[in-house]
Amino acid sequence: MHPIFATAILAAVSQSPSPTSRPRRVALFVTCLVDLFRPSIGFAAVKLLEEAGCTVEVPPLQVCCGQPAYNSGDRATTRAIAAQVIDAFEGYDAVVAPSGSCGGMLSHHYPGLFDDDPAMKARAERLAGRSYELMAFLVDVLGVKKVSARYDGTVTYHDSCSGLRELGVKEQPRWLLETVQGLSVHEMKTPEVCCGFGGTFCVKYPEISNAMVGEKSADIAASGADTLLAGDLGCLMNMAGKLQREGSAIRVRHVAEVLAGMGDLPPIGEPDRDGKWGGPS
Amino acid sequence: MGRAQLMESTARDFNDNVDHALADPNLQDSLAKLKVGFSERRRQAAERLPEFEVLRDRARDIKNHALANLDFYLEEFERKVLALGGHVHWAPTAADARRIIGELCQSMGARTVAKSKSMVAEEIALNEHLEELGIAPIETDLGEYIIQLRREPPSHIIAPAVHLTKDQVADTFLEHHAKLGFTKRLTERNDLVAEARHVLRQKFLDADVGLTGANFLVAETGSSMLVTNEGNADLSNTLPRMHIVLASIEKVIPTLEDAAVLLRVLARSATGQESSAYTTLNTGPKRPGDLDGPEHYHVVILDNGRSAVLGTEMQEILRCIRCGACMNHCPVYGAIGGHAYGWVYPGPLGAVLTPQLIGVEEAGNLPNASTFCGRCESVCPVRIPLPKLMRHWREREFERHLTPTAVRQGLALWSFVARRPALYRRLTGLTNRVLALFGRAEGRYRALPLAGGWTRFRDLPAPPAGGTFHAQWKKRRP
Repeated sequence: MHPIFATAILAAVSQSPSPTSRPRRVALFVTCLVDLFRPSIGFAAVKLLEEAGCTVEVPPLQVCCGQPAYNSGDRATTRAIAAQVIDAFEGYDAVVAPSGSCGGMLSHHYPGLFDDDPAMKARAERLAGRSYELMAFLVDVLGVKKVSARYDGTVTYHDSCSGLRELGVKEQPRWLLETVQGLSVHEMKTPEVCCGFGGTFCVKYPEISNAMVGEKSADIAASGADTLLAGDLGCLMNMAGKLQREGSAIRVRHVAEVLAGMGDLPPIGEPDRDGKWGGPS
Repeated sequence: MGRAQLMESTARDFNDNVDHALADPNLQDSLAKLKVGFSERRRQAAERLPEFEVLRDRARDIKNHALANLDFYLEEFERKVLALGGHVHWAPTAADARRIIGELCQSMGARTVAKSKSMVAEEIALNEHLEELGIAPIETDLGEYIIQLRREPPSHIIAPAVHLTKDQVADTFLEHHAKLGFTKRLTERNDLVAEARHVLRQKFLDADVGLTGANFLVAETGSSMLVTNEGNADLSNTLPRMHIVLASIEKVIPTLEDAAVLLRVLARSATGQESSAYTTLNTGPKRPGDLDGPEHYHVVILDNGRSAVLGTEMQEILRCIRCGACMNHCPVYGAIGGHAYGWVYPGPLGAVLTPQLIGVEEAGNLPNASTFCGRCESVCPVRIPLPKLMRHWREREFERHLTPTAVRQGLALWSFVARRPALYRRLTGLTNRVLALFGRAEGRYRALPLAGGWTRFRDLPAPPAGGTFHAQWKKRRP
C-alpha cells in the first residue's frame, strides 16, 4: 500500500465513528439508470450494506429523483416527483443511493424546492439529512474500513462531479479499493474533470459532450489501467460507450460491483460470454 | 434599447458556433494549452496560501456588503472624485456611455484614444462608436492589440487572444506591421512582444485621450484601481491629457482594505500569480506640483441592466471580479473556446450574465450548455453558485415557453410516466427486456432509433438479461 494511503486510512479510522452493532434500517434509492440498465449495481449496494450490518429495504414506489425535470427548468414537475420520493422514503434511518448525482439531488437540492411550503420543506430537510451516496455512507457513517473482495486488474477511478464537489466523495472509494486483493490503482491525469455526460446535456449538445468524453477516454487510456471505475452509472455508460466506440478493450464497472466481489460479471456494454447473468446474489 | 448599441451578438447561433469551434485545429491547439496551464497555476497558488479559503469567504462578504449598499457607496465614490477635481458621469445604457465618451473625446479634439483592456468597452462596442466619430482607438494590451488587428472580439476576459497560436500572431503582425518597416516574419515569442512594444510606444505618446477600465472603484478614496501584467494601463492613464475610466456599477467597493483582500484572491484565481505585475490606483487629475498625470479625469459608470438584477435570484452574479477562473476550469469552455458563446462574456460567467444583458431569447443556449459539473463554483474567488444561477435561467426559459418544443414534449411525456410508478414499472420492464434481447449478442448498440444524440458518438450499453432491478428484487425478496 502506498504510504500516503496508509496515513490517510489511519487518519480516517481515528476520526470515523465506530460502526454500530445494531443494524440500521436503510432504504436503497436504486436510481432509474441502475434499475433499467445495470441491476447488478443495486445488488452490489445491498450486499455491501448488509455486510456492514444494515437491514436493507427497497421502497417499491420509487421512480426517479427528478433531475431530468430539475435541470431542464421544470420546477413544478420536479416538486411533484420530489414529493413522491419524500413519501416513499419517510421513516428510514438512512437513504442510500449508488450515485453521487441522485444522492446529491436528495441531500442538497430537495429542501430548496419547497421554500414556499414550510411543512413540505421540513419533510424535505429530514430526508436530506438522512440521504447519502453509497461510498460516503459506508466509510464516513458506518466506518467500513475494508471489504473482502478480489479483483485481478489495474483500475483507474473517475470522480463523478456531483459526488466529488457536492458530497465530498473522493478518498472513500479509493480507501476501500486499496483493500481489494489483486487490485492496484493507476490514477489518470485529470480524474476530477467532467466526462461530458451531464444528464440530458449529452443528447442536447452531443458535439460538446463528445469532445469532452473524447478527452476523457484519452486520459483513461493513458493511465495504463485495464479497468475504469466510477460511482455513477450515467458517467460510466457515457465513458464505456465512448471507449467501446473507439475500439478500446478497457473494462468499465461501477465501483460497488468490484467492492462487493462481483467483478467477474460482464463489464458494462460487453456481452455475456460465460453465462454470468444467471443472476447475481 | 437597440441591439446596435451593444457589441454584436452571435449567441443565437450557438450550435453553429460550436461546430465551427470544434473543427478549428488552431483553436483546439490553443485550448489544449489553456486547460492545463491556468488550472494548474491556480491550484498551486491556492495551496501556497493557507488562508486562501478564508479569503474567498471574506471576498464574498465584501462584495455582498457593497451590493447591499450599492447606492450609498456609488454616491460616496462620486463625492470623493468630485472633491479631487474629477468628474463622474452616470450612464444608464450602453448608448449613454458611448455618447458621453464620444463627447469627452471630441471636447479634446482627439484623433486617437489609447485604451487599456476593458470588457465594459467591449460590451458597449466603444471602438466601433469611436471609429464612426473619426477617432482611432488604439488597444495597448498585447492580446487586445492582436485581436484589434484581426478585427475579432476577445475570446477570454483576461486573455483576449488566447484562441490564437503563436504562428497566427506572427502572420497577423507581418500583415499589419510590414507597412511600418517590419518586414521579417518573427517566430520567437519575445521578438513578437518587442515588435508590438515598438509599434505601440509611439502611439502611447501621440494619444490625446487614455481610456481604461477598472477592477475596483474604491468609495473611501475615490480611486479607480486597475491591475495589468504589461503596465500598459499606466501609460494609457498618465501620458494623455485626459483620462477616462469606464466601469460598471458593481465595481464599487467600500475601502482600500477591502481592495487588498480582493486583489489577493483575484490574481491567484486568474493566473496563479500572488499579485499582478502592475496594480495602479488613479485618484483624480494631476494636482499642482505633480510631475505627470492627466489634466482631466472622468469616470463613466455604466448600469446597462445591472441594477435590475439587484434583489433578484440572480444578484450573486454581480459579485464577479472578472478573474476568468470559471472559464479556465470549465470543460465546455475548454472544448469550444470563448467565441462560441457569441458575446462579450464567455464561459460560466457569460452563461449567467449574457442572458441578463442581451436577453434570454438571444442567449438561451448559454445557460443550457453546461453539465453542471460545478468546477466553476468550486474555484470562484467570490463563491458565486454559477450552476444554480444557470438553472434559474433554465427555469425562466421553461416558464416563458422558450425551451425547445422537442425538449418540452419529451419532458411532459417522461413526467406523465414518472409520476405513475405502476405505469413506470411496466414501461421500464418492457424497455429493459427489449433492449436486453436485441443487445444480447453485442452487449451494446451502435445505433438505436430515437437515441441518435447518444449513438452518433458512442455505443449504448445494453442491459443484461434478467429484468429490471425492481423486477428482480420482487422475485428474490417478496
